[in-house]
Amino acid sequence: MGKAKVKSGPLARRPDNSAFKQQRLPAWSPMLTANTVLPFFYFMALICMLLGVWLLLTVQSTQEMKLDYTEAGSCNLCYIKRQNASNAAQSCTCSVMFSIQKAFKGDVFFYYGLKNFHQNLRRYMDSRDDGQMVGRKRNLKNPSSYCQPFDKDQTGVPIAPCGAVANSIFNDSFTLSYHQPGSYRVRIPLLRRGITWYTDENVKFRNPKTENLTLAEVFKDTARPLYWQKPVYELDPDDPTNNGFINEDLIIWMREAAFPNFKKLYGVLNRADEVFAKGLPAGNYTIDINYNFPVQYFRGRKEVVLTTLTWFGGQNHFLPVAYLVTSSLILLLAVVLTVIWWKFGKAGKNMQE
Amino acid sequence: MQNCGKSTFKRTSIDRLMNVLVLCIFGFLAIMCTILAIGNYFWELNEGSQFIVFLPRQDGNKAAFSSFLTFWSYVIILNTVVPISLYVSVEIIRLGNSFYIDWDRKMYYARNDTPAEARTTTLNEELGQIKYVFSDKTGTLTQNIMTFNKCSINGKSYGEVYDYTGQRLEITEHTETVDFSFNQLADPRFVFHDHALVEAVKLENPEVHAFFRLLALCHTVMAEEKKEGEIFYQAQSPDEGALVTAARNFGFVFRSRTPDSVSIMEMGKQCSYELLAILDFNNVRKRMSVIVRSPEGKLSLYCKGADTIIYERLHQSCSKLMDVTTDHLNEFAGEGLRTLVLAYKDLDEEYFNQWQQRHHEASTDLDDRESKLDQLYEEIEKDLLLLGATAIEDKLQDGVPQTIEQLSKADIKIWVLTGDKQETAENIGYSCNLLQEEMNEVFIVSGNSPEDVRQELRNARTSMKPDAVEDSVFLPERTLGKSVKVLTDEVVNGEYGLVINGHSLAYALEHSMELEFLRTACMCKAVICCRVTPLQKAQVVQLVKKYKQAVTLAIGDGANDVSMIKAAHIGVGISGQEGMQAVLSSDYSFAQFRFLQRLLLVHGRWSYLRMCKFLRYFFYKNFTFTFVHFWYAFFCGFSAQTVYDEWFITLYNLMYTALPVLGMSLFDQDVNDVWSFQHPQLYVPGQLNLYFSKKAFFKCALHSVYSSLVLFFIPYLAMCNTVRDDGKDVADYQSFALLTQTCLLFAVSIQLSFEMTYWTAVNTFFVLGSLAMYFAVTFTMYSNGMFLMLPSAFPFIGAARNSLNQPNVWLTILLTSILCVLPVVTYRFLLIQLCPTINDKVMFKVRQAKATPPPPTRRTRIRRTSSRRSGYAFSHAQGYGDLVTSGRFLRRPAVSRSSGFTHIGRTTTGFSPMGRSAGYSPTGRLQNAKVPDVEVTSLQMYRTIKDPAL
Repeated sequence: MGKAKVKSGPLARRPDNSAFKQQRLPAWSPMLTANTVLPFFYFMALICMLLGVWLLLTVQSTQEMKLDYTEAGSCNLCYIKRQNASNAAQSCTCSVMFSIQKAFKGDVFFYYGLKNFHQNLRRYMDSRDDGQMVGRKRNLKNPSSYCQPFDKDQTGVPIAPCGAVANSIFNDSFTLSYHQPGSYRVRIPLLRRGITWYTDENVKFRNPKTENLTLAEVFKDTARPLYWQKPVYELDPDDPTNNGFINEDLIIWMREAAFPNFKKLYGVLNRADEVFAKGLPAGNYTIDINYNFPVQYFRGRKEVVLTTLTWFGGQNHFLPVAYLVTSSLILLLAVVLTVIWWKFGKAGKNMQE
Repeated sequence: MQNCGKSTFKRTSIDRLMNVLVLCIFGFLAIMCTILAIGNYFWELNEGSQFIVFLPRQDGNKAAFSSFLTFWSYVIILNTVVPISLYVSVEIIRLGNSFYIDWDRKMYYARNDTPAEARTTTLNEELGQIKYVFSDKTGTLTQNIMTFNKCSINGKSYGEVYDYTGQRLEITEHTETVDFSFNQLADPRFVFHDHALVEAVKLENPEVHAFFRLLALCHTVMAEEKKEGEIFYQAQSPDEGALVTAARNFGFVFRSRTPDSVSIMEMGKQCSYELLAILDFNNVRKRMSVIVRSPEGKLSLYCKGADTIIYERLHQSCSKLMDVTTDHLNEFAGEGLRTLVLAYKDLDEEYFNQWQQRHHEASTDLDDRESKLDQLYEEIEKDLLLLGATAIEDKLQDGVPQTIEQLSKADIKIWVLTGDKQETAENIGYSCNLLQEEMNEVFIVSGNSPEDVRQELRNARTSMKPDAVEDSVFLPERTLGKSVKVLTDEVVNGEYGLVINGHSLAYALEHSMELEFLRTACMCKAVICCRVTPLQKAQVVQLVKKYKQAVTLAIGDGANDVSMIKAAHIGVGISGQEGMQAVLSSDYSFAQFRFLQRLLLVHGRWSYLRMCKFLRYFFYKNFTFTFVHFWYAFFCGFSAQTVYDEWFITLYNLMYTALPVLGMSLFDQDVNDVWSFQHPQLYVPGQLNLYFSKKAFFKCALHSVYSSLVLFFIPYLAMCNTVRDDGKDVADYQSFALLTQTCLLFAVSIQLSFEMTYWTAVNTFFVLGSLAMYFAVTFTMYSNGMFLMLPSAFPFIGAARNSLNQPNVWLTILLTSILCVLPVVTYRFLLIQLCPTINDKVMFKVRQAKATPPPPTRRTRIRRTSSRRSGYAFSHAQGYGDLVTSGRFLRRPAVSRSSGFTHIGRTTTGFSPMGRSAGYSPTGRLQNAKVPDVEVTSLQMYRTIKDPAL
């Protein structure tokens, strides 16, 4: 083994005296001694404790309101109506009332949530064509085979956007209004733009190049997804720049959730209005729902979530609690280890051969 | 060649264990996939059937078919539990560790420019598990160089060096040597330290002259004088060569012989002695004599032989001299020297003529010739006059006793298997510290019938363990239907040795007795088998392999060791002296026996440690990686959705975790080589298979289960229903995948940091570099450019940028890391505190002693203080007397060379590094076969080149 060296002389084959070849590389050999482990444990317990308390306070400062409207209020009728697929084309509106005890201060975010909707099934997730959604002309007319059976309609016209994900888009719409005390209902303005990742909005989703054509002409030879009421270029009747693949509701839906219970951003409270400049005041509210999305097929639930945020995100108590639990666990272990070390290891008796 | 045995493909026990484990893992994979497939079936039945509105089944498949597909999808996804890249990495590690052996300067022998060589790259870690070492003697333990060391002439002992105060000095390389320049024909390589002897020769002391004259005449050595004054001796035994060379240097130069004459140069004067008879050596006689007529016409009989034999035949007048010489003999033997007694007798012309007549008749007699000749020899070899005694050192290789001491401290049992005679073997056993005077008993088995042997073995065992129970010698029956039983290690009080000779061994190796033999032998600390054939060597090795669950190593230098080298788990060839046969069939080769301790205690131990650490960690990291998929299945409808990005799955083993673990398994060392030598006990865990076994594997798997639970559920709970600080999505699949894989990578990297005990710059670079690489690659993969190039291949665009800037993501990573590490640190710390292993103890000691460097290892020469007496020229064989007198060697020189005298193998012949070179002699006879009891030496036995490496 090893190549013959081009050396001569009596010690021609003598191996080099390098630290690497002689396995003498300088090294640091740490060892789990009481001097390092125990202080480390106490230190970690302290860190976790501080983090836990800090996070808990942070999370406590947020407010969240969840409202399951699947069968609530007048939506009950819509729920029954949607159970029959033949009524799919008929619209159904309902409204749900709720009240807020304590004002939501600051930015308020409005989410819709679904339960037991598996956006994370492998075949479901694959059933999309990113090439199409980024505006590739070829994919527009020729959707990827992953989209099957939602790639072409019965007549063989390509569907845009293709695939099961786009097809099953959540299509309820909400209008939120506030019962101003002693006055009429005020419609709560929601910002429905700028609610997606910047990269999604600007890179991942593009409309096909228009070249002076209208969006409708670009999508001329495509069909709308089977379950959709409107074609993709008419998703937002109010804002023409929010149509096509770059429609933000579509983009948000296309970012598939990791777990069957999820919530997706619907809009952000527009605080330009002076009533809502500080957030949502306490009081009574109504949500008017255009109830389209059927959930009975998968025994799901629908909800809306109103929440305020901090730097830590929404109201998720898990991490603060987990940090506190971990902290006490480490502390407990540290104490146990200290006792054991004191009793057995300290004298180094065990270390005698 | 026929005795060489079969070449088998050698694999290590870890290899075999790995194969079993891989099979188990396959089974485990099947179980996991079955569970998930069943889960999928029920999910499809209950949930999936509801969901077909959104996700129609392909071709209207039923739940059963879906679960069938799921099974195979999960086989693909979870196949990372089956460590395929493991095999590649294992080979790389072994290759690296083999290179370390090649590169080791401390296993390089400068004298003949031989580095150690790992001739195989597949057995390294087994070097750390050796339990039995089978060693050849000649050329392996000994250099097969005999040196004339001391002598006793006429009651005066020569050979020691004293200083002015009369204090005996230790002879070292620096001791002044005797100047032989007065003698033109002296062999320059011969070294002697006592000036008194030269003085005595120069003063023409008659006894001293007679002594050396005897040595120059009474032998069967052949001389070859190619150039005037350059004499080469070819002796049938190295002892004889040494004696004749001694005589040559002291002025009695044997120059040539014909069938009936011997020419010697006596103190510069050419004399020719008429060789009248050679009374040859045999095993019973243990002596040889020559009858010569001096140039002056005086008839003399010169005799040399074993002390006990000669003493019986001495003239009464010598009794006083006998006492003094006996003292000297005891002294010589006590130093492990081989002794011979020399005697002579002047013969009466008339008597001799008559004797010669009878001798002629007897030697032409057709029947009973042997005994008649013996009688005649007996008759003439009596009333001898004692001249003195010689002491020859069978030079051990450097460091042999220390090596053996070290190895036995490491609980390695050493069996010497030699073709030599019992006395020789025993003697060497003592001088190399294998047998010790302090041993309770050394049993000698030399029975000539099966019953005798059985009885002797039984007796030995009962005296070692009087209350031995006959049953329960086998380990409880192993799994997998292994039909062969495994002998337990029996513990005996005290230390015992066993010497067994060839024909007893033949009986002991019979099927009915092999267990008896093995039990007895394994209870002894040292076992010496003498006069064994190459085949028997292999049989002994195989016997141990068969019944003992232990790793064996055979070390030898000659062609007769090939069979055992091939039979043992690991074969080591000593290169440079005996030709290449042993080396060519060996797995490792080096030049000196003492390198064995470095090979085992340093390289072997490290290799084993590294391999085990590697395996444990590798299984851990792959299992952890895979089990997360398993947990996720319960949340994604068992739909075979992966948790991680597929690029991460591809690159995890390839780029993100490959180098750190390779770095660990190439550089890790618990303590350095000096400490390894100081604490040979560190070797024991390897023999007991402590670092990697089924149990350790199971622990790894459990640990992985824990880690994967943490790595899945903490991110799951932390992320579900969480949003970014600007309200946007972070609980989506892509962010979750990124988060989980980042947690995983941090967790396994930190775990690796705990495994690693030796952080070189390279390791640090690998660990940190891999993490950096992960982020670099991830950000690249998730970049706009990559997505726009291939939208379907890089759909994770922006995931890294949008989620790794979130504090809650990093807090989740921190929490998973803490929770993964916590039990490991606690468990290890508790182990160190409560029941520290030998490694922990030594590492602790190292830490304590870091300020002061460890004292150098003891390298004192171990002198034995025994009073054992050796027999006559041990490696002598019968028949050479006839050869030298027959004249055959003169008539057909070429042929006779190959028929015996040119086995120049066993020496440092100097000119040919191959020694007894491989290949065939002109007569077509294989030259490499070392005939075990015919030991031939040649010339130039006394090299005094100072080895700078020593």
